[in-house]
Amino acid sequence: MTTTALDATQPEAALATPSLARRTLTVFARNKLALTGALVLLGLLAFCFLGPLIHPTDQIHTDLTQASLAPGGAHPLGTTDLGYDLLGRLMYGGQTSLEVGLAAGLLATLFGTVYGAVAGYFGGWVDAAMMRVTDAALAIPALFLLVVVAAIVTPSKPVLILIIASVAWLSPARLIRGEALALRSRDYIHAMRLMGGGGGRAVFRHIVPNAIGTVIVNATFQIADAILYVAYLSFLGLSIPPPAADWGSMLSAGITYTQVGYWWLIFPPGIAIVLVVAAFNFIGDGLRDAFDVRLTKN
Amino acid sequence: MIRFLAKRIAQAAIVLLLVSVIVFVLLHLLPGGPARAILGIQATPDSIAHFNHQQGYDRSLPEQYVQYLGRLLSGDLGESYKLNQTVASLLGERLPKTALLAGLSIVLAAVLAVPLGILQAVRRGKAADYVLTGIAFLAYATPVFFLGLVLILVFSQQLQFFPAEAPQADTLGGVLAEPRALVLPVVTTALGIIAAFSRYMRSAVLDNLGEEYVRTARAKGQSHARIMARHVLRNALIPLATLLGLYLPTLFSGTLVVESMFNYPGMGLLFWNAAQGSDFPVLLGVTLIVGVATVLGSLITDIAYAVLDPRIRSVT
Repeated sequence: MTTTALDATQPEAALATPSLARRTLTVFARNKLALTGALVLLGLLAFCFLGPLIHPTDQIHTDLTQASLAPGGAHPLGTTDLGYDLLGRLMYGGQTSLEVGLAAGLLATLFGTVYGAVAGYFGGWVDAAMMRVTDAALAIPALFLLVVVAAIVTPSKPVLILIIASVAWLSPARLIRGEALALRSRDYIHAMRLMGGGGGRAVFRHIVPNAIGTVIVNATFQIADAILYVAYLSFLGLSIPPPAADWGSMLSAGITYTQVGYWWLIFPPGIAIVLVVAAFNFIGDGLRDAFDVRLTKN
Repeated sequence: MIRFLAKRIAQAAIVLLLVSVIVFVLLHLLPGGPARAILGIQATPDSIAHFNHQQGYDRSLPEQYVQYLGRLLSGDLGESYKLNQTVASLLGERLPKTALLAGLSIVLAAVLAVPLGILQAVRRGKAADYVLTGIAFLAYATPVFFLGLVLILVFSQQLQFFPAEAPQADTLGGVLAEPRALVLPVVTTALGIIAAFSRYMRSAVLDNLGEEYVRTARAKGQSHARIMARHVLRNALIPLATLLGLYLPTLFSGTLVVESMFNYPGMGLLFWNAAQGSDFPVLLGVTLIVGVATVLGSLITDIAYAVLDPRIRSVT
C-alpha cells in the first residue's frame, strides 16, 4: 500500500489526501452488505411513498364485503379483517413506520450529540451530573419507559416521535460524551482556547465535527432502533389508534387470525420491519467500517 | 481497589436515587394525578381533595418525594388497583419466574454466541463470515414478537413439536418440570442476544488479533491455537462479562414481549396487563424494580471486571 502511495509516476496521488467523505464513500461502496442495505432502503422508500400512485387504495373506510380475502385478483396480498387491501396498507403503514422512525432517530441523535458533547467537553462535575441523569434513565429499559409514557398519553404521530426520541437520545449522548472526553485534550482545542474561543465554539466547531463519524454511524442505528420501538409500541397496542396503521399494529391485528391460517396478515409487515431495520444496520455497519481508520489499515 | 469500589458503589447509589426520581416524576405525570387514577373518572372534586390530603399529595413536591422514598425503603411499592394485592407481593411471585426465563436465555445465548463469533473473526471476509453476519443482522433486525410468531407457526402449529403456551405452574420447580413448554419462550428471548453477542465476539477477537502482544506472540513462534486461547480469547471474554450487565435492559424488554406472547406468568406479563388496565402502581413498581436490577447488575459486572482486569481500576 505504501509503495503505491509513494509511486513516482503518481506524484499527485501521493500528495493529495482524499477527503474524509470520499474515502468513506469508497470503503462503503466496497462493502457489499452495506450497498445492498442502501438499495433495499431505497426500494422500500419508493414502495411506501411512490407505490400508492401505482396501486391506489382506500385505507380509511372499512369494506366488510371485501374482508379477509386471500391473496389474488385485485388484492395481490389479500385483505384484512376490515377489508383493507393489504398491499396498500403495507405502503400506508410503512409511511408511518418510516416517518416516525426517521424523525425520532434523527431527533434523538441531534439532542444526544449536543448533550454528550457538552458533558464531555466541560468534564468535571458538569459531566458527572449530566451523565448520572443518563445513567439513571438508561437503567430503566427503554421499552418499559415507552410503555409507561404511552399508557399516560394517547400518541399521535408527533407525540409518538417525541416519546421515542425522549428515550432514544440517551445512548448517542453517552457515546459522543466518550468521544468528546478524548477530543477535549487535543492540541487544537487548547490552541482555540488560548485564542479566546469559548465552550460553544469548542462543542459545535471542533468536538461535534470531529466526532461526526460516530454521530453518523450512531444515527443509522438510532433510526433502526426507533423503527423497532414504533413496531413494539404498536404491537403492544399503545401506538397511534386506528384507522392509522403501521407495520407493528398490522402485525398485532394479524395475530388474532393465525389460528385460522391468514398468513398474509403476518408475513408481509413482519418481513418489511426486518428488511428496513436490517438495511439500516447494514448501512450503519458499512459506515462504521468506512470511518474506522484502524480497521481499514488491516 | 477499595477506592475504586467505594467510588463505584457511591455512583450506583446516586443513580438508584435518580431512578426513583424518574419514577416519582412519572407518577406525577399521570392524567389527573394519582387521585384521578385511583378513584376513577367519576370522582368528585371533594373526594379528590380528600384523597390528596389523606395521601399527602397536597404537600410540596420535595416533601412528597421524601415521603415516597421513605415508603420505598420500607418495601412499600403501593397496591395494585386491579389485583387487590400489594405490588411488592405481586413482584415476589412474578420476579423469580422472569429471572428463570432470562437466566436460561442468557446461558443459551453465551454458549452459542462465543464459538460463532470466534469462527467469524477467524474466517473474516470469507463465505462463513458473510453468511453468519447476514444471519446475525437479520436476527438482530427481527422484532421479538415477529420471531416468536414465526416460531409458533412453524414449531407449534405446523410441526407440533412444542406447545405455544409457556408453563403455567405456580412454582419454579413446576415451571422447570415442563421443559418442552419452555423451549419456544427461551429461544425467542435468546435469539436477538445471540446475534448481538456473536457480533461483539467477532469484533473483540478481531481487535485483539490486531494487538501488539499477538504480534509478539506470533514472532516468538507460538502456535495459532495457543495464541487464540492464551491471548485473544481471554482478552475478548472479559468484556463479554460486562456486556451481560449491559444487556439486562434488553433482556427485560425481551421478557416483557415474550411473556405477553406466550402467556408466561412472570413480571413482564404482569407489566403488560397493568399497561392494558392502566394499573399505574404496578406499572411504576415494575419500572422501578427493573431499573434497580439493571443498576445493581451493572455494578456487579463492573466490580467483576475490575477484579479480572486490573487495567480498568486505574482508568476509572
